[in-house]
Amino acid sequence: MYLYFGKQMKKRSSPYALTFVINFLLWLLLTATFAIDELISGVIISIIVSLITAPKMKILNGLNIHFGFLFGLLKYLAYFFYALIKANFDLAKRVLSLDMKIHPGMVEIKTTMQSDLGKLFLANSITLTPGTLTVDVYDNRMLVHWIDVPEHLDIEATTKAIVSKFEDYLKEFVK
Amino acid sequence: MQLAGEIILLIGAIFIFLGALGLLRMPDVYNRIQVGTKAVTLGVIGVIVGVALIHPLWWSKLFVILGFILLTSPVSSSAITKAFYRSGIKPWTKARKMKGKKKKAQKEENKETSS
Repeated sequence: MYLYFGKQMKKRSSPYALTFVINFLLWLLLTATFAIDELISGVIISIIVSLITAPKMKILNGLNIHFGFLFGLLKYLAYFFYALIKANFDLAKRVLSLDMKIHPGMVEIKTTMQSDLGKLFLANSITLTPGTLTVDVYDNRMLVHWIDVPEHLDIEATTKAIVSKFEDYLKEFVK
Repeated sequence: MQLAGEIILLIGAIFIFLGALGLLRMPDVYNRIQVGTKAVTLGVIGVIVGVALIHPLWWSKLFVILGFILLTSPVSSSAITKAFYRSGIKPWTKARKMKGKKKKAQKEENKETSS
């Protein structure tokens, strides 16, 4: 029993340090000062909050922290904003055109993301990119509503068209 | 700085307006949610960046707001869509699309036969 418990703990330990770092960054951003008394109270409050909340933040274990973590995150964000702006111009064109060139339909895609956090990021990215909206997530399938479904597509081609580029970027910083 | 901020604010407002227009024009629930989520998200980003340019001292709080909006807005729209899907609402334009396909196929057949 003890061994089993120990294994479980090793496998998915609560991310206390990570929660503390995120809390403290949030505190810095919200107070927007570097005064020493603010910093001290921020550290104390972050420790208390992370002690309480870290056991419930196991989703953060999906983060793959290594040397190129921040670089990967920035690259992903750059591509994400590019896709978001492209999506909006695409949508504006569709909304303003007189004969609404839409062929909506539901498609299914496969994902290779392992962790819940990776799936969350991927679903959010799909929702905010051109013409697609995540409806449901199963184990490694996602149901996606696509505003302009091309004819004769199987699941592989759909996956390639919608998610594979995002997955490449995401895999640099989440599992 | 003031002028740039106001221009970006205006662009954000235009995208929010386009989102509202899309809500009126789109045929069914799923398409409406798509327009609502995307256009309004970019619109809100535009508004936040514009405010950050006009009041540069507020950037950190605006950054936090931006992060929360980017994380939560797609999730909430996805949850709403899932609720609609589970309650059995089919994307009805599918039938129309099939008709269009058939028509196209027929036209192509006609062309082939006539040529």
